[in-house]
Amino acid sequence: MTKSKLLVATLLGATMLASGAAHSKTLVYCSEGSPEGFDPAPFTAGTTFDASSKPLYNRLVEFKRGTSEVIPGLAESWAVSSDGLEYTFKLRAGVKFQSTDFFTPSRDFNADDVVFSFERQLKKDHAWNQYTAGIAWEYFDGMSMPDLLKSVEKVDDLTVKFVLNRPEAPMIANLAMDFASILSAEYAAKLEADGKKELLNQQPIGTGPFKFVAYQKDAVIRYAAHEGYWAGKQPIDDLVFAITTDASVRQQKLKAGECHVAPYPNPADLEDLKADANLQVMEQEGLNVGYLAYNSLVAPFDKAEVRKALNMAINKQSILDAVFQGAGKAAKNPIPPTMWSYNNAINDDPYDPDAAKKMLEAAGVKDLKMKVWAMPVQRPYNPNARRMAELIQSDFSKIGVGVEIVSYEWGEYLKLSKAKDRDGAVLLGWTGDNGDPDNFLAVLLGCDAVGGSNRAQWCNKEFEDLIQKAKTVSDKAERTKLYEDAQVVFKREAPWATIAHSVVFMPMSKKVSGYVMDPLGGHWFDGVDLAE
Amino acid sequence: MFQFLIRRIGLIIPTFIGVTIAAFAFIRVLPGDPVLLMAGERGVTPERHAALMKQFGFDRPIYEQYFDYFFSALGGDLGNSLVTKKPVWDEFFTLFPATLELSVCAIIFAVLVGVPAGIFAATRRGSWPDQTIMGTALVGYSMPIFWWGLLLIILFSGTLGWTPVSGRISLLYFFKPVTGFMLIDSLLSGQKGAFSSALSHLILPTIVLGTIPLAVVARQTRSAMLEVLSEDYVRTARAKGLSPVRVVGVHALRNAMIPVITTIGLQVGVLLAGAILTETIFSWPGIGKWMVDSIFRRDYPSVQGGLLMIAVIVMTVNLIVDLLYGLVNPRIRHTR
Repeated sequence: MTKSKLLVATLLGATMLASGAAHSKTLVYCSEGSPEGFDPAPFTAGTTFDASSKPLYNRLVEFKRGTSEVIPGLAESWAVSSDGLEYTFKLRAGVKFQSTDFFTPSRDFNADDVVFSFERQLKKDHAWNQYTAGIAWEYFDGMSMPDLLKSVEKVDDLTVKFVLNRPEAPMIANLAMDFASILSAEYAAKLEADGKKELLNQQPIGTGPFKFVAYQKDAVIRYAAHEGYWAGKQPIDDLVFAITTDASVRQQKLKAGECHVAPYPNPADLEDLKADANLQVMEQEGLNVGYLAYNSLVAPFDKAEVRKALNMAINKQSILDAVFQGAGKAAKNPIPPTMWSYNNAINDDPYDPDAAKKMLEAAGVKDLKMKVWAMPVQRPYNPNARRMAELIQSDFSKIGVGVEIVSYEWGEYLKLSKAKDRDGAVLLGWTGDNGDPDNFLAVLLGCDAVGGSNRAQWCNKEFEDLIQKAKTVSDKAERTKLYEDAQVVFKREAPWATIAHSVVFMPMSKKVSGYVMDPLGGHWFDGVDLAE
Repeated sequence: MFQFLIRRIGLIIPTFIGVTIAAFAFIRVLPGDPVLLMAGERGVTPERHAALMKQFGFDRPIYEQYFDYFFSALGGDLGNSLVTKKPVWDEFFTLFPATLELSVCAIIFAVLVGVPAGIFAATRRGSWPDQTIMGTALVGYSMPIFWWGLLLIILFSGTLGWTPVSGRISLLYFFKPVTGFMLIDSLLSGQKGAFSSALSHLILPTIVLGTIPLAVVARQTRSAMLEVLSEDYVRTARAKGLSPVRVVGVHALRNAMIPVITTIGLQVGVLLAGAILTETIFSWPGIGKWMVDSIFRRDYPSVQGGLLMIAVIVMTVNLIVDLLYGLVNPRIRHTR
């Protein structure tokens, strides 16, 4: 029996067993890791969200597939008060929660579910705030929601009101994030009555396109299409996550027909995958940026002309070739090109070591010695920081700047690199959470983030005024203009050397159709079909 | 025998205490902490960091944390994973059958192939088959597991299509685990073809994990056998006209097996170490991969609990090996 015949037989058999249907379709996704749990709110890993919030739940608003544009989800519409402090959501009627062998809902989704899903994260004294030992609402807290959110109120069964402590334009985008997934209050009440609260994280119930069937730890997650899904039943009947942590093994499974979709291929394997007649390889620029942040509080890096000169000494093309192996694009702005308000009119600093050397001399800098921090881990925005640091070391030596490369354990690296008196420039990066420019510009370059996630320790009044104003206006065109102007200031002041945005590749079987790559890095299977 | 057993168990107690201290200290001396790693690039304010450390109980004096861990462990409570929030005990025993199944298959493979290969080599000392077997064993011993595993996958799964790439059973089969041992559960499920699927998924991981123990067992068997074959009683047996098969298979083998059994017992630790890589390559949901993930995430309770459980298992296996000596060779008596 050939491999393809074996696969067909396997899938046919599997789907018949799972659903009893003669022509059901099962899509196998070779995921890269195990979920931490199935309640998305306490977690921060994309792998967990792929297995929980995306197939199982919905949010009030959603990102339009393939974009970071926010569209209605469980809320049909919303209105913002003139002072920007009240968001009133009109909820979709007739939305069903999933029925499984462990729970059968008695009612449709309503405002109680929204209030439950947020209050458990907001209120420390809520019965579900600490429903398992050591639980923390990392994303909710990380997005400053406890400071921002005053209350979540039920107006009527299909209307809910969010009251804020201050105007915050990215609020709507925040509500499309995974931590804002809507859970069933009725299911929670049942678990509480049964004394089995911990099952909320193990046997999930949501309104999403697929329902949970079974999870065998570190091996397989099984889902079935949610028959009563409000946006219509999915083209596939069953979805299986075959957990396969090694990229080379995922590639072999894909080629052998043991899975239909496999994320995060090794860059070195891309040519082989593209050459396979049975496979297609989709690609998209990731919503991320890799950068080298100078410490703008320490001389001579407090001078913009010094930072600019160093930027002009970096040969980005050689970094893209050697470190990204074609899976990257040179970055000129602190936000990626796929994000709205990206200012494409900005010109990148030219690679010109001679001019850079003259600029340094003009700034009175001679025999400069500096440290470059190289991350000890591989990240989407920087696949090999050590190699990148070595290339920068070589580039800087050409303009007479001596570089010592340093590195620390990852947790220490993150901690020490935040210090205001940090010695040296640090290689780091960021992957967007919600597609809002504020999530890059304020988090990474805002004055409030100095000593924290603003690794350049850069606080520029002109830049700060622009991004703060953009937070408070709700008109997108106006916000776009403000962010475009902020990027001009950034480029002029050069607190970072912007290095690259990675390109994300997604190999899959040619039988798969309807798959849309998510700029936010998630993996969605609603709307995906499989040819017979 | 009873006194020996008591003495051996008496030795286990200080070892157990030592292991709890080592496991507790090991994860804490590593730089970084779970909160920093959880927060990632986003970072965490010093206040929130302190609050979370307090919530996890890591703000208490170190001796207090240790005694809490020690006495809870004695009572069978290994705490909750910081990552999944589930009890470490449950996590361990959900995954352990997969590692045990693979390890048992690997050791059976190593013994079934290694012992006859060692005997064969010993009886033909210096010949080309002896040199070939020992040379191959040396190569097997030196083989990096990760490379070896990928090589077999590419050859047998990718190119020839003879074996599945990874996992424990085809996705075709779906049944609730009863014992956690896939070979047994697949039989219990009554689903046609499930057992052969589980067996086919075991082939490559067994070979990969069993390669190093196989090499060690083969070399040890050969050397023990050579020693025994030069003993007077073997010469006497031969002089009495016993067949070579009886001399080697009965008279010599029994004595030669004592060091081999010791070696096999010691290979349990090697197997658990090898399982980390083998499980990663073959997407095998066992404790090796789980431990590595836990270390990277600084999941203190999982690392402490996991290391302790593994140590207890290794100690138990070695105790059993000691007791087996008496059964294999009646000359050894565990009396005084």
